[in-house]
Amino acid sequence: MSSLRLHRSLRYRQRLLALALLLPFSLLLAAGIGAYFIPPLEIPRILWEKADQAYAVLVSIRLPRVVLAAAVGALLALSGAALQGLFRNPLADPGLIGVTSGAGLGAAIFIVLLPGAGALQVFALPLMAFIGGLLTTLLVWRLASSGGRVQVLTLLLAGIALNAAVGALIGLLISRASDEQLRSLTFWTLGGYGGATWPTLLAMAPTGLVAVWGLMRLARPLNALVLGEQEAFHLGVDLEPFKRQAVAFSALAVGTAVAAAGGVGFIGLVAPHLFRLLAGPDHRYLLPGATLLGATLSVLADLVARTAVAPAELPVGVVTSLLGAPFFIWLLLRHKREVAR
Amino acid sequence: MRGLLGAAFLALGLGLAQPFTVKDARGQTVTVRSIERIVSLNGVTTEILFALGVGDKVVGRDTSSYYPAAVNRLPTVGYQFQLNAEGILALKPTLVLGREDAKPPQIFDQLTAAGVTVVRVPDKPTLEGAKEKIRTIALAVGQVERGEALVRALERDLLLLRSKQRQATAKRTLRGLFLYLRGTQVTYVCGEGSNPVGMMELAGIANAAKGIKDCAQMTAEAVVAAQPDVIVVFTKGLESVGGLEGLRKLPGVMQTPAGQAGRVVAIDDLYLGGFGPRAGRAALDLFIGAYERQGLYIAGEPAQP
Repeated sequence: MSSLRLHRSLRYRQRLLALALLLPFSLLLAAGIGAYFIPPLEIPRILWEKADQAYAVLVSIRLPRVVLAAAVGALLALSGAALQGLFRNPLADPGLIGVTSGAGLGAAIFIVLLPGAGALQVFALPLMAFIGGLLTTLLVWRLASSGGRVQVLTLLLAGIALNAAVGALIGLLISRASDEQLRSLTFWTLGGYGGATWPTLLAMAPTGLVAVWGLMRLARPLNALVLGEQEAFHLGVDLEPFKRQAVAFSALAVGTAVAAAGGVGFIGLVAPHLFRLLAGPDHRYLLPGATLLGATLSVLADLVARTAVAPAELPVGVVTSLLGAPFFIWLLLRHKREVAR
Repeated sequence: MRGLLGAAFLALGLGLAQPFTVKDARGQTVTVRSIERIVSLNGVTTEILFALGVGDKVVGRDTSSYYPAAVNRLPTVGYQFQLNAEGILALKPTLVLGREDAKPPQIFDQLTAAGVTVVRVPDKPTLEGAKEKIRTIALAVGQVERGEALVRALERDLLLLRSKQRQATAKRTLRGLFLYLRGTQVTYVCGEGSNPVGMMELAGIANAAKGIKDCAQMTAEAVVAAQPDVIVVFTKGLESVGGLEGLRKLPGVMQTPAGQAGRVVAIDDLYLGGFGPRAGRAALDLFIGAYERQGLYIAGEPAQP
């Protein structure tokens, strides 16, 4: 154990611990601030007495929303980190394997071709989006596999091709959509946490937790893959099952996130990079680190989205980019200087 | 005498203090306990609340509420299809009224969970729909009498329209095309089932857009084939293409009788499509613009936000 490696792992642990402390802090902050003014010091009393409207706002509106923001941010960031590792491409984002566009298509089919589903849309629409996302990814996988083997490059190309085709189908449906249907569709393209309720979160929990568990187990093979497929194979990584798991669990994670909150952009692409710039590329730390960072970024972005123009709100995707991009640029500049030294 | 007066006042007070019950758009009975602080999530609903004389109780509105002018001082809670429950609750409402299809779809359940009374207002693009809307809101705020007065006024406006139509028997029925414009790149034509066309038919203008349901993009050639005698647009839509001249530059428009004659009726969006208390006057305005005027007619009551 050289001193450098020791220093390295210490740095990783510090950063991970800092992020692990930052998340509860931002959760508390977000739970304490909102359009409906509740004095932060009153909150324990309100929760204890379960009395007035403030309690209802906290428990049935604000808390589920904060938890949803955290969960969606975590799922997107984790799958983003896994897919960037799988494709060995820093520009990979969770949309690459077709799940986001597929979910959009599922939602569009439901909204445009099955009109008059007024009350059903709270439950059936997310389900359709979820199924659409998983089916699209399955199709990408089938396109890319030949004789039980999948080339990562082919997978990438299949994803691009299918995204284009699905995008065209969504466009076709949009051109047939009425004004009202368009409005419902916009939600799926922009995303948002406004519809958060406890039942939504309960419905997300099983698939979301399975996806997190499945992806977290992939840290070691992802580290081996950094060297290339041949080397990973010689290091004892069983490549095909590993790729299958990476894609399947990512699709499950993103499908769950999109079904609950529409297409919230930016987090899946950027959170892993943020962690790499803060700490480093080791997947054993990157996977949990990106997850914590994604959740934090998402919660803070939503906090801004629902308070900046209160009582109205901003689309959360806009805020994630507004908050995330400058931070990212700052890290990038700092990183550049470090490399130049 | 004094005692009588006192008793009368007491009875009046009790009468006003009682909770009001109303059947909402889903056919469910809703009990309204207090109308002290109302938030309205829809333009026509806000208009009706003010027409019923309870405008002073309205503490919040959505972005589609811009009539009467007094509402523009109120805080907005955003777009009625992108609402935020907490933002609405921050205004401490006792009663929230809105269209059943407000988004996100969970919004009304969230508000109900926070102990706020919610009345879903029916929204049908017909004359009966307008009356139903007025009566539902009137019941919810305990202004049944004033609601009936609004309905009677609406019927009077229609009688006037019908008598004008009878006088104009000599002319054939004109064919109208409603164009939904948002800049020169977005041209939609509205057909059956859309509010503007419902209003045109009320005004005795035939729908020239055959085979279009709701609003859809229409090719320039189909616009020519429809051969409308008059083109109806929203005032803001006409502005977005640069007025009458800009409209005539749109592909296909100059090849129609309406484009040739420059016969265009521009009318405010909430006024034309709201199907509220002003529905009769809006239909009358459309009739005047199409049958009694030449060239561009900008229909009454400009309500600029």
